[in-house]
Amino acid sequence: MKRAQLFAGLALVALVVVTAVVSLFWTPFDPIRVVPGQRLLGPGWPHLLGTDGFGIDIASRLMVGARTVLTVGIISVGLAAVVGVPLGMLAGQNGGWVDEVVMRVGDVVYAFPALLLAILLASVFGASTVTAMVAIGVASIPAFARVARAGTLQVMASDFVLAARASGTSRWGIARRHVLPNIAPVVGVQASVGFALAILAEAALSYLGLATPRPTPTWGNMLRDAQQFLFVAPLQALWPGLAIALAVLGFNLLGDGLRDYLDPRLREVP
Amino acid sequence: MGERDGAEIFRAENLTRRYRDGGRDVLALDGIDIRLERGQRLGIVGESGSGKSTLVRLLAGLDRPTSGRVWFDGTEITDLPEKRLGFLRASVQMVFQDPRSSLNPRMRVGEIITEPLRSRLVRRQLADGVDHARRLAEVLAAVDLPPDAGTRYPHEFSGGQRQRIAIARALAPHPEVLIADEPVSALDVSVRAQVLNLLTDLVAARGLTLVVVSHDLLVVRHLCDQLAVMRSGRIVERGETSEVYSHPQTDYTRTLLDSVPRIRTSGR
Repeated sequence: MKRAQLFAGLALVALVVVTAVVSLFWTPFDPIRVVPGQRLLGPGWPHLLGTDGFGIDIASRLMVGARTVLTVGIISVGLAAVVGVPLGMLAGQNGGWVDEVVMRVGDVVYAFPALLLAILLASVFGASTVTAMVAIGVASIPAFARVARAGTLQVMASDFVLAARASGTSRWGIARRHVLPNIAPVVGVQASVGFALAILAEAALSYLGLATPRPTPTWGNMLRDAQQFLFVAPLQALWPGLAIALAVLGFNLLGDGLRDYLDPRLREVP
Repeated sequence: MGERDGAEIFRAENLTRRYRDGGRDVLALDGIDIRLERGQRLGIVGESGSGKSTLVRLLAGLDRPTSGRVWFDGTEITDLPEKRLGFLRASVQMVFQDPRSSLNPRMRVGEIITEPLRSRLVRRQLADGVDHARRLAEVLAAVDLPPDAGTRYPHEFSGGQRQRIAIARALAPHPEVLIADEPVSALDVSVRAQVLNLLTDLVAARGLTLVVVSHDLLVVRHLCDQLAVMRSGRIVERGETSEVYSHPQTDYTRTLLDSVPRIRTSGR
C-alpha cells in the first residue's frame, strides 16, 4: 500500500518531467501563435483538448507549462534548501544564541506572507518567472531550516557524534561527515513536499499576474485566461486546473512515500 | 606494562556538575576527588543516575565541570579550549554502550575506524605519515574482525561485531587510556564474555590504562583492579577491587554486592 503511494507519486512526477522534456522538441501546435479563426474549440481532433480564447491549442500550452512548473520548483526549492539547510544545521549544532537568532528570524520570514513578498518583488523588478522563484524560495527557507535543525539536534545527541568529538573531529567535520548524511533523507522529503507547495504557489502567482507574463504559457495564467470564458467554455479551466492538481498530488505522494520508505519505524511489517 | 606505570595520569579535585533537566536542577556530580595512575584499571559502579557517565565524560574532556579542576598527564584540562586538547584526544579514547548508536550508520566501517586518525587535532599528535590502510588492517586484526570489514557498513554486522568495530576505532590512534561506558550492557549475553575477554587481552597486551563504567559488578570484577562506588554524585568507596569485595566499608556497597546473583554450588 505504502509502496503503491510511492510509485503513484513517482509516476505522476515522471509524467510532468517527460511532458516538459518532450515540449522542448515537439508540441502538436504552436503554443504561442494566435489563430483567430479557431477560437474556443471544444475537445476533438486535431485539437485534443480544444483551443483557448486566442485559438491556441490547449494541449500544447499545457505541455509548455510543465517546463515552468519544473523550473520554478527546482530553482525555488534549491534556493530554499541551499540557504535553509546550512542555517538549520548551524542553529542545531551551536544551540544558544545562534540557534535563537536563526530560528526567530526564520519565524519572522515564515510569518511574512509570501504573496506580499511576491507583489513587492514584482512591483520593483516587474513580474517574471525569476521574481516568483525568489519569492517562493525565500518563503520556503524557514521550513528547510526547521527540518534541518530538528534532524541536526537528533544527530548531535547520538553517541557517534560524541565518539567523533572524542577523536578530535572538528565541528565542520561533524557537520559534513555525520550530520549532513544523516539528515539528507528528511531534507529530501521536505524538498518533495516543498516542490508541491512551490507548484501551487507558482500557479497562484501567475494566476494573479505576479509571475511569468504572457505569452509564455503557464498553468496559472492559462487558468486566468480561461476565467473569462467560464460560462461559454468551462472545460478550458478544467485542463490547467487538473494539471496543477495532479502535479501537486504527485509530489505530495512522492514526499509521503519517501518519508515512509526512509523511516524504518513506519515501514510495514511484511 | 609501560615503564611509566605508577605515574599519575588523571586527577580531579572537587568536581561538581550541575545541569538543568526540564526545569529541574540536577546535581550529577557533588564534589568528586579522584586520582588514577598509569596502568591502573578502574571500575566505576553505581546505580543509574549516580553520575558515573558524567564523571567519565568530564575526564575525557567531552563536558565541562560546573566547578572543580581536572588534570590529564600533569596538564590541567579544565578550561583548555578544544583546539588545545589534541594531546588528550589522541591519548584518551572512548567505547560507548550501544554500538547501534555509537557508529554512524552512513559511514563505512573503514571510515569509522580511521576517523580518529583523520582529525587535524589528533594528526598533529601522531608520528608523521600514519598509513591509514595499514593501521586499519592492524586494528581489525586486533579485534578479530575480517580484513574486508572496512568496506562494509555497520548494519551488516552483529551487535558483538559492532562493539568490536567501536573498540577498533578507539585503538586506532594508539591511545594510552581507554574509557568504556557500559561496554557490554547492550550486547546479547552470549557475546558479552567474548567482548570482555577481548578488552582484557587488549588492555594487557598494550598496557592501557582502563576506566570502565558499569552497573554490573561482575563486569567490573572481570576487568578491573581498582573500584570506585558512586552514589548520588559522590564516591562512597574506593580501593582495590579484591579488597572492596572482601571487606566492603559501607552499607551501600554491601547492598550492591548482595544484589549480584550467585550460583549456588553446594546442595541444600
